[in-house]
Amino acid sequence: MTAIVAPNIDPHLIETLEKVSDPEIPVLSVLDLGVIREAIEKDGKIFIKLTPTYSGCPAMDVISDDLKAAFREEGKVAEVTLVLSPAWTTDWLSEAGKQKMEAYGIAPPLSATADKEVLLGNQKIVKCTHCRSSNTRLVSQFGSTACKALFQCEDCHEPFDYFKCLK
Amino acid sequence: MEKEHLYQYILGIADNNLILGQRLGELCGHGPNLETDIALTNIALDLLGQTRSFYQYAAQLSDDYNSEDDVAFLRKEREYRNVLLLEQPNRHFGFVIGRQFLFDVFNYLFIQQLQQSTDDTLRAVANKAMKEVSYHKRFSSDWVKRLGDGTDESHAKMQEAIDDLWRYTNELFELSEIDKELVKLGVAVDVSALKEAYYAEVSELLTEATLAIPQDQYFQKGGKQGIHTEHMGYLLADLQYMQRTYPNMNW
Ligand SMILES: [Zn+2]
Repeated sequence: MTAIVAPNIDPHLIETLEKVSDPEIPVLSVLDLGVIREAIEKDGKIFIKLTPTYSGCPAMDVISDDLKAAFREEGKVAEVTLVLSPAWTTDWLSEAGKQKMEAYGIAPPLSATADKEVLLGNQKIVKCTHCRSSNTRLVSQFGSTACKALFQCEDCHEPFDYFKCLK
Repeated sequence: MEKEHLYQYILGIADNNLILGQRLGELCGHGPNLETDIALTNIALDLLGQTRSFYQYAAQLSDDYNSEDDVAFLRKEREYRNVLLLEQPNRHFGFVIGRQFLFDVFNYLFIQQLQQSTDDTLRAVANKAMKEVSYHKRFSSDWVKRLGDGTDESHAKMQEAIDDLWRYTNELFELSEIDKELVKLGVAVDVSALKEAYYAEVSELLTEATLAIPQDQYFQKGGKQGIHTEHMGYLLADLQYMQRTYPNMNW
């Protein structure tokens, strides 16, 4: 078990950070996603530490550019560093983030144990984001992006994404 | 520890990911069905993502190359350190799955150990990669079972791929002189120690998939020393085309 380390963020930077969203899941801000591990202002410059969700996540380059652009608009210079360790886990997603994700049509990650059962096809607990039925099945471990698995609802027959647990 | 030695060691890991990622990338839009197509390219993306971190680290140590892209794209064939298994062509879906499976079982054991490395960067990349490679192994193992224990045709094709690729598996456990030195320092993983667990796990799964375990005693190697099979040149021609044609181009 990795303990959840609270990110070190200067409160006056939160408003700007909240404007930057995940390009793949635009309803989530970078704060909801939990990828900002540090954001501090020092000598007029902003230093941000960003942790990728998945190693090859193409969204990270975009997020890094968007962060710089958001602060540039306020006349500030931001420097973004990628930090790999400690590795990002789905525990860092905020509760508000999980709710927004579900409303957006992506089933949020379950606990690590439940996730394993689901991806092995042993249990039906992932709720359909369209009709809320738990009568769903795994179609593919890999969905439209590396962080998601593809599911189908056996009641309404609609496909939907499930955000895989990462720990 | 010499900088050059660490550089060579990192390339050995990074090139495996790059070359397998390139082979999987060739399948983008050509997978047998949509889900498999997406899965294989997602695996490629994971591998290339991990390898970016390795190449960035390598570039810091290199006197010849300045960036991750330079290290990835500008070397000559003899300077690539990937194992022969991963440069083998896609041929048919059985080969794609067989190659992936024979590597994934190794890579899972390897990344698990790399998490104990005394090198901070290697340890961090391994930490990040662990869950990803466990997804890969689950995917390829499932397919080996499905194809092996499937129809007569899928069984025959899966067996053909395993028989053909088997000769490249032993190289995964070879240690160079540099590797041995880095193992002593706790930086490198002693891959020779993973051999027994690897063959036990692979054999168990092949049996479950109703496939025969190849009995070949002849093994081919050389990739780790930069001596590749005839497929490598064609692969690199594809991989390096843009950088060779438009030097220093950027996206
Ligand atoms: Zn439904």
